[in-house]
Amino acid sequence: MIEIIDIHKTFQGKKVLNGVNLTIKTGETMVIIGRSGCGKSVMLKHIIGLNKPDSGKIIIDKEDITNMQERQLRHLRMRFGMLFQNAALFDSLDVAGNVAFSLFEHTDLDSKIILKKVKNCLSLVGLEGVENSMPSQLSGGMRKRVGLARAICIDPQIVLYDEPTTGLDPIMADAINELIKDLQEKLKITSIAVTHDMTSAYKIADRIAMLYEGKIIEIGTPHEIKNTTNPIVKQFITGAAQGPITHNKTLVLEEN
Amino acid sequence: MITQITRQIKKRPEKWLTKIGRKISAFMIYTGRICILLYETVKWMFIPPAVKKKHLYSQMEKVGVNSLPIVFMTALFTGMVLALQGAYQMQKIDATAYIANLVSLSMLRELGPVLTALVVAGRIGASITAELGTMKVTEQIDALETLATNPVKYLIVPRFTAILIMLPLLTIYSDIIGIMGGYIVGIFKLGIGSRLYLNMTFDPLVLKDFFTGVAKSICFAVLIGIISCYQGFATEGGAEGVGRATTFSVVLSFIMIIAADCVFTALFFFAF
Repeated sequence: MIEIIDIHKTFQGKKVLNGVNLTIKTGETMVIIGRSGCGKSVMLKHIIGLNKPDSGKIIIDKEDITNMQERQLRHLRMRFGMLFQNAALFDSLDVAGNVAFSLFEHTDLDSKIILKKVKNCLSLVGLEGVENSMPSQLSGGMRKRVGLARAICIDPQIVLYDEPTTGLDPIMADAINELIKDLQEKLKITSIAVTHDMTSAYKIADRIAMLYEGKIIEIGTPHEIKNTTNPIVKQFITGAAQGPITHNKTLVLEEN
Repeated sequence: MITQITRQIKKRPEKWLTKIGRKISAFMIYTGRICILLYETVKWMFIPPAVKKKHLYSQMEKVGVNSLPIVFMTALFTGMVLALQGAYQMQKIDATAYIANLVSLSMLRELGPVLTALVVAGRIGASITAELGTMKVTEQIDALETLATNPVKYLIVPRFTAILIMLPLLTIYSDIIGIMGGYIVGIFKLGIGSRLYLNMTFDPLVLKDFFTGVAKSICFAVLIGIISCYQGFATEGGAEGVGRATTFSVVLSFIMIIAADCVFTALFFFAF
């Protein structure tokens, strides 16, 4: 279980997270929604220890990661996989090198076994025969898939997805959503995705949380979120240009 | 202009003091961060497991082997120019044979290490900053961390070690080529005998001259390595940020090399 308790974070005088509280149960898929630049990715980076909060705690399976030493954090990260917004593949390595990175760096497995594992991971994400391609030769969707294969290659217990469908055409976006659902069902992992793509959120989420002005303002199942009465969440999920998010922010927040 | 500034300072002294204070503080923070990165790099050099040979050799090839042609050209022409400029003066006092000594001493103590460092800073330092900077803005460094890999160990240590090993070797190579450049001019243009030229090149040299240059090159290697890696890791702001970081890295490396050379030359002059 992942518990985020009263996390605050300020970057260059700008308060990005302002008392975030969230609990993610083992095995569930939590989707965090919110406007671009509202701090969703920052929150994700806090969960994996890339950012340290100014105050608050992040507890993963009863271990507080906020005060962990680097060595402990590295050990903990072996339980994580993360898909970055633009995949963040290593330009200097081919697809196989990218996917097998952790196995080469942290295990003594034979290269034949590693290659077999790489092929297995790539076939899980629907890619075959691209092991020797360089990231620059791949399309956006393929890069995301390779990023996903890299994230699951070390059999993680928790996978973090940063905007998994951003920048993809609707068909490819749906394919990625299917993939995330498939992986969830096959591998039984805890998944946390941040996105502002509501189609994706409804499709992959067990629960959805909305981050707004540095706080989680609503949590619920996709059905509950669809039928919310909160005007801020309502404006966001319907994508209306006019509403409390774009007008009269302070008043609406006070009402809440 | 100066009067205007003086008037402004007199009018709002606290504003100017704040400005100066901020600059000093920013400089101290920058220096501190570079020192911390240097400490981290040296620490990770000795923490097992050792850097993979494949990574180290690949960096050594980039820094050393691929720099051979440009170092060759720079050193050869410098040696030739030194000999010609020396001849301009020496011919007046009928002492052309001393050109050989002038070239060898200048190359070993000063021009070999400094010019090679400047070439490597421009070629390799810029490339390292651009490469690491691009990795930073495309989240590849974050990705490394999420894959439980320390970026200093994986990215900086091989590059830093490669520069530390290859720059002194390139400097020695540059010394030899520079002396060869002087030899070509001395023999074919100035008509000095080959044996005389070689004797005048090596006889006055002492071991200290050689080690002075090598010690300088090690210091320059540390400066180039750490400045270029730091700037890469500190890059922000997309492609524009990468360009800015690369330019700053090269400019700062150049200034630091010349400044360090001045300090070292003074130190060797007065202390040894």
